[in-house]
Formats: sequence, C-alpha cells, structure tokens
Amino acid sequence: MIPKFPFLSGPKTSNRSKVFRPSRREFLKIGSLASGAFLIGVNFQCSGPKGEIRTFAPNAYLSINSDNEVRIIAHRSEMGTGIRTSLPMIVADELGADWKSVKIEQAVGDEATYGDQNTDGSYSIRMFFEPMRRAGATARHMLLEAAGKKWEVDPAGCDTENGQVIHAASGQQIKFADLIDLLQDMEIPDQETLKLRKLSDYKLIGKDVPIYDVKDIAHGKALFGADMDLPGQQIAVIERSPVVGAKVINYAEDKALEIPGVNRVIKISGNGAHPGLNKPLEGIAVIADNTWAAIKGRAALQVEWDLGDNKDYQCAAQMEDMIRETLEDGKLRREKGDVKTAFGSSGTVLEKTYRAPYYAHATIEPPAALAHYKADGTVEIWAPTQHPQWARDSVAEALELDAANVRVNVTLLGGGFGRKSKPDYVVEAALLSRAIKKPVRVQWTREDDIHHDFYHSHSAQRIKAGLDAQGKLIAWNHHTVFPAIGGTSSADELHPSDGEMGLGCTDFPYDVPNIRIESHEAKAHTRIGWLRSVSNIHHAFAISGMLDEIAEVRGMDPVEHTLSLLGEDRQLSFNEEMKGEYPNYGEDITAYPWDTARMKRVIERVSTEANWSKSIQDGKAVGFAAHKSFLTYVACIVEVSRDENGKIIVPVVHYAVDCGIPVNTDRIRSQFEGGAQFASSLAMSSAINFENGQVRQNNFDSYQIIRMPQAPKQIYTHIIESQEKPTGVGEPPVPPFIPALCNALYQLNGKRIYELPVKEAFV
Amino acid sequence: MENFTLLVNGVRREVTAPADMPLLWVIRDLLSLKGTKFGCGQALCGACTVHLDGQAVRSCSIPIAEVGEQELTTIEGLSVEGEHPLQIAWQEHVVPQCGYCQTGQIMNAAALLRNNPSPTEVEIESAMAGNLCRCGTYNRIKAAIQTASQS
Ligand code: FES
Ligand code: FES
Repeated sequence: MIPKFPFLSGPKTSNRSKVFRPSRREFLKIGSLASGAFLIGVNFQCSGPKGEIRTFAPNAYLSINSDNEVRIIAHRSEMGTGIRTSLPMIVADELGADWKSVKIEQAVGDEATYGDQNTDGSYSIRMFFEPMRRAGATARHMLLEAAGKKWEVDPAGCDTENGQVIHAASGQQIKFADLIDLLQDMEIPDQETLKLRKLSDYKLIGKDVPIYDVKDIAHGKALFGADMDLPGQQIAVIERSPVVGAKVINYAEDKALEIPGVNRVIKISGNGAHPGLNKPLEGIAVIADNTWAAIKGRAALQVEWDLGDNKDYQCAAQMEDMIRETLEDGKLRREKGDVKTAFGSSGTVLEKTYRAPYYAHATIEPPAALAHYKADGTVEIWAPTQHPQWARDSVAEALELDAANVRVNVTLLGGGFGRKSKPDYVVEAALLSRAIKKPVRVQWTREDDIHHDFYHSHSAQRIKAGLDAQGKLIAWNHHTVFPAIGGTSSADELHPSDGEMGLGCTDFPYDVPNIRIESHEAKAHTRIGWLRSVSNIHHAFAISGMLDEIAEVRGMDPVEHTLSLLGEDRQLSFNEEMKGEYPNYGEDITAYPWDTARMKRVIERVSTEANWSKSIQDGKAVGFAAHKSFLTYVACIVEVSRDENGKIIVPVVHYAVDCGIPVNTDRIRSQFEGGAQFASSLAMSSAINFENGQVRQNNFDSYQIIRMPQAPKQIYTHIIESQEKPTGVGEPPVPPFIPALCNALYQLNGKRIYELPVKEAFV
Repeated sequence: MENFTLLVNGVRREVTAPADMPLLWVIRDLLSLKGTKFGCGQALCGACTVHLDGQAVRSCSIPIAEVGEQELTTIEGLSVEGEHPLQIAWQEHVVPQCGYCQTGQIMNAAALLRNNPSPTEVEIESAMAGNLCRCGTYNRIKAAIQTASQS
C-alpha cells in the first residue's frame, strides 16, 4: 500500500467542511470525551491524489461538559511543532472558550473517525484552519441561540468570552455548561451563513500561546513512545541487516540466551534490496525482560549474512558517477525558450557543480513502539508515529489482519522530521508480539537509528548560467541527480518523481527567458526517505549559491539581484513549461499560486530588519537567500564572524516569513529557531557515508549534530501580517538557511562552497 | 544478578540487576521512572542526565555497581515541593519543542546553577555542550537558564 505523500501528490484541500451532531454510536466510540456533555464533530472533505472526492469523515470533536470544561480532540501527531496546541487553539478562540479550561485529548489512528491523520508535509494548519474555525463557530452560534432563548433576547446581541455567554445590553452572563440542556435538541446551524469571527477579534490566533504540554515536559511527566509499558511486556532489540537487502544465512542464539533476562530469539524476514517504506528490514530480535538484557543479548548473537547486491556499494563512487551524469543530457523536466541557443549568444557562462551528502534524521528519541497482540486476535499499538493510519494498515498487512482489528494509539513523538512517518518499527513490534503472545516494546538504539534510517539522499547538481553582453541572466540550465524516494520500493525508479523535482527545482521562479531543467538516473542502494523539507535542502543550496555568484559577476547586491530576477509582480503556474506534473504540495495552483509579490515582501522585510545594506557597508560577513517551500515564503540573512580564538560563529540570523494568517506566533518563531539549528547541522556537521553498502557512522560522535556552542546565537523571525490562507512552518525554515550561511562564509573566507557539509570551517 | 539499595529521590529502593546494568536502565526499566530518557547510550547526548550527590552525570554510562551510597536525583525528584526555578523559567520561555531532550537539559542546567549560580553566556554554552537538542531549542534553553539564575 502506497500512502499519500502531500509533497509528492495529494491530498488536495478544499474548504468544504461540515459540522455535525454525532450519532449515539459515534458518541460511544469516542467515549471519555463525551460523557454527559454537549458534543459536536467537524469533518472535512479532501480529494485524493487523482482529484477523486474522498468521503466526509469527522476530523475533530469538541465537547463541553458540566464542569464547563471544553475538550478538543487533537487528531495530528505532536512531534515538536506545537500542532497539538495550535489546532485546538483555533477551535477554542472561535468558540470563545476559556483557554485555561480547555483539555486536549490525543486521537487514536482511525481514518473512519478522524480522517487523514498523516502529519507530514507541513500541512496541518493549511488543511485544518478553516474546519477548526467552523467547528468553534458552530458551537458558539448554538450557545448564543440557547442563551437568547433563555434570556428572551436577540442572540445577535450576545457574544461568547472566557467560557461564558454574555449579553452586553443587560449585563447578563452564563457559563457554557449551564446551557448544555438547551443545546441537546438544537439543530446544527446552516453552514453557508455561519458567521466566523473577524481576524482582528481573535484573542489566541495570531498571538503567542504556550504549548499545552510544557509543564508536563518540564517535570518529566510527558510520555513518549519509548516510555510506554504494559504488564508482562518484553523488550526487543534487533540485529538488522547491515546492508539493505542482506539475508540471514544462519545464526547462533545460545550465547544470547545465556544472558540473564533474555528469553527468546526470533527472526524477522526482510523484503529484499528495495524493501519499501513500511516493511521491517531482515533481522534477528532478542527478546528480554528489560532493555539492557536485550542489548547485551544482541551483542552476543552470532549472525552470518549473505550481504546481497548492495555489498559493494560505495557512495563516494556513486557521487562521481552522478557528477559525470550531469555532464550529459538528462531527462527533461521543464523547458522554456532554448538554452542552447542562449548559451551561444551569452557573453559570460558560469558553470558550477554542487554536492550534498546523505543525512540521517537522528530524532532524539530513537524509534520505539509497543505492540500487544491479544488473545482475541486484535492488536493494540502505542507508538510515536507521524502517520497512525499507515502504521495501522502496515501492521494489518504484515499480520494479515483486517485493519479494523488494529488500534494505533499515538504517543508524543521525540522528534519526527519525516522518519516517524515510516512504520517499519511498529510492524516489528507487532510481529514479535504475535510470535510470543505477549506485549513487546521494540527499542532501537542510536546505532540502529544511524545505521538503518530512511536517509535523505545524497545529490549532485550542475547549474550552468548564461549572461548576455549587458550582464542580464538569459539562460539557466539545472541538472539534478539523486537516488529517489521511489527507489526504496522499486529498482525501476531511477529518476526523482515530479513531486521531488517540484521541491525547489522545477519551481524555479525567476524571470529568465531560457530555462532547461533535467534529471539523471541514480540507483537507490539504501532506504531513501524524506527529511524535513526533503529535496528542497539540496536544491536551495545549489540555486541560491549560484544566484549569489551571478550577482557578484554582475556587480549587483545579492538582495537587489534576487528582487530584480523575480521580475514583475505575477502569479506563476509553470504549467506549459513543466514536462510532468507540478504537484504544488498537493494544492491547486490556482488556489495557491507562486506569487512573486509575496516573495518580494519577505525579501524586503528581512533586508530592512537585518539592516542588510549597513551590514555590508560595515564589512560584516552576511549572506542572503530566499526560498519558498510548502507554500510558505521565506527569506533569510545569516551573519558569520570569528570569535577571539579565530573560530567561526553565527552571531545573528534574521528570517522573514509569509505563512499566510499566522496562527500561533510563538510556535512559528520556535519552528524558525529550530529550523535554523537543524539546518546548521546539515550545513556544518552532519553526513552519512556508505562503504561496502554499510553506514560508516555509528552514534553522535561520528554523525554530528550541532551543540549549543555552535548554534546561531540570535535568531529573529519577522512574521508578515498576512491575510492569505495559512500555510505550514515546520519545513520552510530549513532550505534558505543553508545557502545564506554558505554565502556569508564566502564573504568571510573568500571561498565559495560547493559541497556540504562545510565541516572544516567550524572545527 | 545482585541486590542493590539505591537512594532515589530521597527514598530507598531495592533492585536486583547485573552489576554492569547502566543506571539509565535501572531508572527506566526497573524503577519505572520515565522522565530520564535514552538518546545515545554512549554519554554523547545528555538525554539521560541525572544527579549523583548533586552533580550531573550521564546515567547511560554509569553501571549500577558504581552508584553505591551516592544520592540519586532524577527529574521526578528535582523539586519535591512545587517547582524548581528552572522548571518555571522553562515554562516562561516555552523552551520545549518535542520535549524529549528537555529533562536532561533541565537536570544538567540545575547542576550548573548549583555549582555556579550566575554563569556567563560562555559558561552556559560550555556547560550545556554535552546536551543535544535535535529540535534546536538551544537559544531558549540559554535564556531560561539566565532567567532562573537571576531568580
Ligand atoms: S543516553 Fe546517556 S548521554 Fe545519551
Ligand atoms: S526539544 Fe526535541 S530534541 Fe530537544
């Protein structure tokens, strides 16, 4: 089963949502939320990858109980973005609830009850802003009606605030809870005429709202997947195939079983050299009473492997092959004008090659999942998963069960970044629990995580740019090559998909008369996945680095240069130039066009806020880049300097962002602060290398992520007060930071950067 | 397997474990205190930070046999009455993103402030360098430590 990846295909959002009174049966299904309370659900229509309409399914529930507590179900996974707070916050604000008495419950993975729950592609806010407002507005409208009836006044003169209905003229007020009885027989108001609050009336939306779990986290009470326990459970640690596609020839378990606490050793079968995105790797699981016994038991295993086809894979050699490929004509992905002729008439031609390595996600919580295969043949899972329904379906497929017999409880996630969309570790736990008829929690070690990730692909790119006699950029030829996500599942997928190409490569927005964008073949020798902003990472690195170089050749200020390249204010759709589809992050291009004016606005804003021109006059080493991804416009200015010991530091980063209507401004800033630091690791310190098909790095000593002393010291996020439809902020901070940093380093060192990571500069 | 008596958050607890079992797994698996997290197992990330006699240590890299009479404090015992100033500052600055690294960060910061109640920015950076945050909350951690150190 191939799930939907919002950045590759659908689903497309539409603003059609529907609020309803749940039936008695639905009422019971969501149990604890509903007892004795007023309850409404909201559902939301989305279309599938091919535009087919998917059925209405409730996405959220809202209840008001007799203690005046408002309960809201959060149906998205919380991995650090704050979504578990930000969506309920929208409902509560529209409703006029007292935020302090709002309780948030986490939904289980259940499409029939909650619709699409895949938390990926920075699209939760984008898809659910409107439906969440409607849910709150519906309940508010009903409360106003009820109060109007009770007081015999016109509901239009009433309002909700802090969990009460207030009638300003008479000064009367009443708690929501005291109106529950009157609500019970009331019809859902007409959705067409439903009035939403004005943006300026919101008390939470557009403000800093602390995350719901902050106190629990500070006290160590917040529970993650790795913290789940059941009575009688066993812990499993697994020795997995060192090379993707390796098969166990035989294994000796005696030494493992001698370790006190080790009870069983069980083989898990793999799925070959292109194992797919949701299958476990082949491995030998050691099952024990506790984690330490399982770790020691695994170390005592003796496994003989047939390493298979990937055993001779060297990533350095593939990199050289990929670079050679970029010198040839590739598969045409977008074409405008005729670059070949344009190069012929160019006065200056620049041609540069860019390399970026494999990256691992290294979520601070390594993958873990608890499964309980029960006597009645059903399975219950507790897992830190971004995609509970895919986890459920993958478990059902692996165990040959009906999906209805698999229940997935979503815990907090200790980081996700795309890794925890893939349910391989959940399937491992389910298979092992069935095998031993006891609950099993699978615990990955850090070494397991570094060795067996779904990596961000390494990449080679060559960009050739032609300037005419006046210095105008007239030709842009971009070659990109990297093993594609599709290669994880199939040996035949040798080119990046249209989706991956549309992540910062074919959606090149600049007004250049001749454009040619090509991809080349590269085979996947490991599991390729998606990492926070996906192929935008390497595409932005190359494109914004090249633009900086072109500006220099033209003798232009890089900010002015980018603004001028954006050309007239206009809305791009690329349509006739694209050789395949342009998925536009799953959105209709007419509803969410590429708007050059919005990009200019963030560029101008960041340049003003960062005092760009003055910094340059003062001789500061500052670098600039702008990049739109996941429908959010971002511009970034990074400053670098040397400390008293001559070490390079990043004293200041400025971001400007247009993500439409800002929902939780504090979490927008925190995503940008975190994004800059995440991108710092990618730019400065992290890289995965394969030799003989095996990952050379093991833990945080060799796969390095930045630490506090290397982190940018000040990160400012300037949020545009936009009235546009809101879009996500989880991924968009990452792509522009890396080239902005590289461009700043060039100002400091006089050396252009063509290869990531730029380690030497920072050690 | 051996029997050990540990002084955990002020309470004596008996456990049976092999002498080489890292304190981290004793805390998490045998004592069921889940606030102390596993991140690397090699003293590289700080997620498992606890206090032994008030000093920050990486519990993943200390075998239970080496604990002896030392007093063990985990996040659950950091402040028995109310909240530690760091826990208050953490909420004020809304430091966490995913939250997984944060208990280790707070325990490490608490030991820092105990040894050096008003650390400079550079002292904070070097004292906290062993605690990774993959989500990138370093700036808010620093700000929260500064706030707590002033209270
Ligand atoms: S788990 Fe102990 S330092 Fe990482
Ligand atoms: S908050 Fe997620 S790793 Fe620190």
